[in-house]
Amino acid sequence: MRYLCGLLLAGAGLLACHPAAAPRRSLTFWAMGVEGEEVRTLVPEFEQRYPGTRVIVQSIPWSAAHEKLLTAFAGGALPDVAQLGNTWLPEFQAIGALLPLDQLIASSGTIRADTYFPGIWETNRMGDRIYGIPWYVDTRVLFYRIDLFRQAGISHPPSTWEEWLETCERVRQARPGTYPVFFPLIYTEWQVPLLFVLQNNGILLADGNARGALDDPRTVEALRHYLRFFERGHAPTRMTEFANLLQAFASGNIAMMITGPWNVGELRRRYPALESQWTTTPLPGHKNRLSVAGGSSLVIFSTCSNHELAWKWIEFLSEPASQFRFFQLTGDLPPRKDSWQLGIREDPKMTAFYEQLSAVASMPKIAEWEQVAVKIQEHLEAVVLGRRTLEEAIPLLNRDLDAILEKRRWLLTKGLLAE
Amino acid sequence: MGQLSHRSRPEARAALLFAFPALFTLAVFFFLPVLAAFVMSLSDFDVYSLADFRRARFVLFGNYARLFHDPLFWKATLNTLYFVAVAGPVTILLALACSLLLNSERLRGAQFFRLAVFLPVVTNMVAVAIVWRYLYHPHFGLINYGLRILGLQPVDWLGDPRLAMPAIIVLAVWKNFGYHTLIFLAGLQTIPEDLYHAARIDGASWLQQQIHVTLPQLSRTVGFVALLTAIGYLQLFAEPYVMTQGGPLNATLSLVLYLYQQGFRWWRMGYSASIAFVLFALMLVAGSAQFLLRRAERL
Repeated sequence: MRYLCGLLLAGAGLLACHPAAAPRRSLTFWAMGVEGEEVRTLVPEFEQRYPGTRVIVQSIPWSAAHEKLLTAFAGGALPDVAQLGNTWLPEFQAIGALLPLDQLIASSGTIRADTYFPGIWETNRMGDRIYGIPWYVDTRVLFYRIDLFRQAGISHPPSTWEEWLETCERVRQARPGTYPVFFPLIYTEWQVPLLFVLQNNGILLADGNARGALDDPRTVEALRHYLRFFERGHAPTRMTEFANLLQAFASGNIAMMITGPWNVGELRRRYPALESQWTTTPLPGHKNRLSVAGGSSLVIFSTCSNHELAWKWIEFLSEPASQFRFFQLTGDLPPRKDSWQLGIREDPKMTAFYEQLSAVASMPKIAEWEQVAVKIQEHLEAVVLGRRTLEEAIPLLNRDLDAILEKRRWLLTKGLLAE
Repeated sequence: MGQLSHRSRPEARAALLFAFPALFTLAVFFFLPVLAAFVMSLSDFDVYSLADFRRARFVLFGNYARLFHDPLFWKATLNTLYFVAVAGPVTILLALACSLLLNSERLRGAQFFRLAVFLPVVTNMVAVAIVWRYLYHPHFGLINYGLRILGLQPVDWLGDPRLAMPAIIVLAVWKNFGYHTLIFLAGLQTIPEDLYHAARIDGASWLQQQIHVTLPQLSRTVGFVALLTAIGYLQLFAEPYVMTQGGPLNATLSLVLYLYQQGFRWWRMGYSASIAFVLFALMLVAGSAQFLLRRAERL
C-alpha cells in the first residue's frame, strides 16, 4: 500500500513538473470579463508567429478584478501583462506596480502615439511617462430614438445644452407620461454630471488634485444645468423603474440616454426590429463638446521578467488587424484610428463614437479617483432627490473630498508621492 | 484551572497535548489575525502603504476619532440598529408562533410546512434577491399588483429612502425566521408532556398553557435565539449588498457594508478595521446585556 502511494506521488510530481520542464517561454496575461474570454481566440496566431512561446490567459470577473490585482501585488503574484481599466492606472502607478513603456514605444515599429486618439493616449501618461497602451476605448455618446423625435417634430439631435433642454421639452409635450432623457443616479455611474463639468471647463480638484474644488463657478454652473433636467421632470429620479434601461429605451419610455459602445451591440441583439428607429450622435456641448475618455489599457507589471515577450504580445494585440478582429469578437472599439478604417467607420451608429473619440478628456489621474467620483455622485443624488440644495451640498462635498484626499496631501508634502 | 492543578502532572500534560491542535489553530487563525487587525486599526494602512511601509502612519485612535465625525458611519450604525431593533423581535415572534403551529398535533402535513418554512434559509441569497427585486418592482411587482387591487397607490419599495429599509427587513425576516423556527421546534419537543397534562387537569386553557408552561420552559431557547439573532443581524450585509448596494441615499447602508466598501472597494484597511472593532464592541454589548438580563432573572 505504501509502495503504491509512493508511486502515485511520484506520478503526480512528474505531471506537475511537465510544463516547467518544456523549453518554452511562457507569458501570463490577465484580462477581465468579455475581453478575458474572447482574447483566447487570438492566442494561437501569436503562438504560431513566435514558436516556442505560450500565452496563459486568465480571465477575471470585473467585480473581483481590482481586489484580485491588489492582492496579487501584495503577494508578489502579479502576471506579466494585464488589462487595466484606465481609471485604475494612476493607482497601480502610485504603488510602483507598472513598468514605464517609453523606451519600448520609442523602438517599436507597431505602436506609435500619433496613430491613437490623442485623448485616449493621454490617459496613460503619468508625469512624463507612459504606463499603458490603450487596448480598447469607451466613451459616452447620446443614443436617441429617431421615431420619437419625429413625433415631436424634431429633425436633428441637439448640439448645445440649450437645444438639449428644448428637445426634452418638445418630446415631453408630444409624449406625456414618458421621460425624454435618462441620467443614471447609481453611485458607480458617475459619468453624466462630470460630462457637464468637463464641457463647461470646470474643475473638480485643486492643489495638485489634493483638495475638492467643486465651488469653482464654472463647475457650479455646469451642475446647475445638469440638475435642470431633473427639476423640469425630463429625467426620472426613480431608478428602480429603470433597472432594465434598454427595455425602457426600446419601449419608448425614454427617448435619449447617454451610454457607451457596448449598448450598440446589445440593442441590436435584443431589439433587431428597432434598428432603424434609433441612432447615436456625439454629445451636445457648451464651451466644448468633450466626453470622458474611458476604456482599458495593456500594462506590463514591474515584476515581469521577460519584457521582450510581454511587449511582443502587446504589439501583437495593438496591430490594426488584431484590433479589428477583437472588435468583431467583443464589440470593443479600437483605440487606433487606422484600425477603424478596416470597416468600423462605415457603420452609421459607430460614426458618432469616432467623432466623439477625437474630443475626449481624462478625469483627474489620482489613485483615489473612483472614491472621489462616487462621492460626488452620492451628494448629487441627495440634491436630485431634494434632500438639500446644490449650494448646501457643495461645501459638504468639498469637505468629504478633502477627507478622502488627506493621505494624498500628506504623501505630497512628505515627498513620498510624485504629483 | 484549579481542578487541573490538583490532578497529577502527566494527566495535565496529556490534556494540554490533546488541546494543543485546537489551541494552536485558534491562535494562528483567530487570535493572531484579530490582533493584527487591531494593530491595523491603529494605523492608516491603505493602498499606498501596500507598496511602501513609509507611506503608513501610526495614528493611535485617530481612526476611531474620525469615525466619530463621519456622518456615513453614524448613518450606517443607526441603520444597523434600526434593522436589529425591528427585524430581530419580528423574526423571533414569527419563529415562535410558527413553531407552535408546526408543533401542534392537529396540524396535518407538518413535514411539508417544516420544509416550506426552512426553504428560504437554504436558498442562495443571490437567487432570492433576483426574485424579490421583481416582487418589489414599482410597475410589474406582485406586491404593488396586490396594492392596486386593494385600490392603493403603488409604492417604489427599494427606490424610496423611507421604504427601502423596511423592504430589506421584510426580506431578511422571511429569509431567516425558518432557522429559528427549527431551534424553537427542538426546544418545544424537550418540554415534558406531563406539564401540559397537569396544567389541563388544573383547568388551564390553551393560551394559559402556552404562557405558563411553554414560555417558561422555552426561556433558555428564547435567550439563545435572541443572542443568535442579535449577532447575526448586527452583521447585516448580503441583503442590502445584492438588493440596493446601500442606496437609495444610503438608507440601507449597514455597518458591514460600509466596512466592506472602505476595506475592499477603496482598500482603506486601517479605517475599515476600526469599523470592525466598533461592530465587535456592539456585539459584546448585545451579548453582555443578554447575559446580565438572564442573571437578573435568576436572582
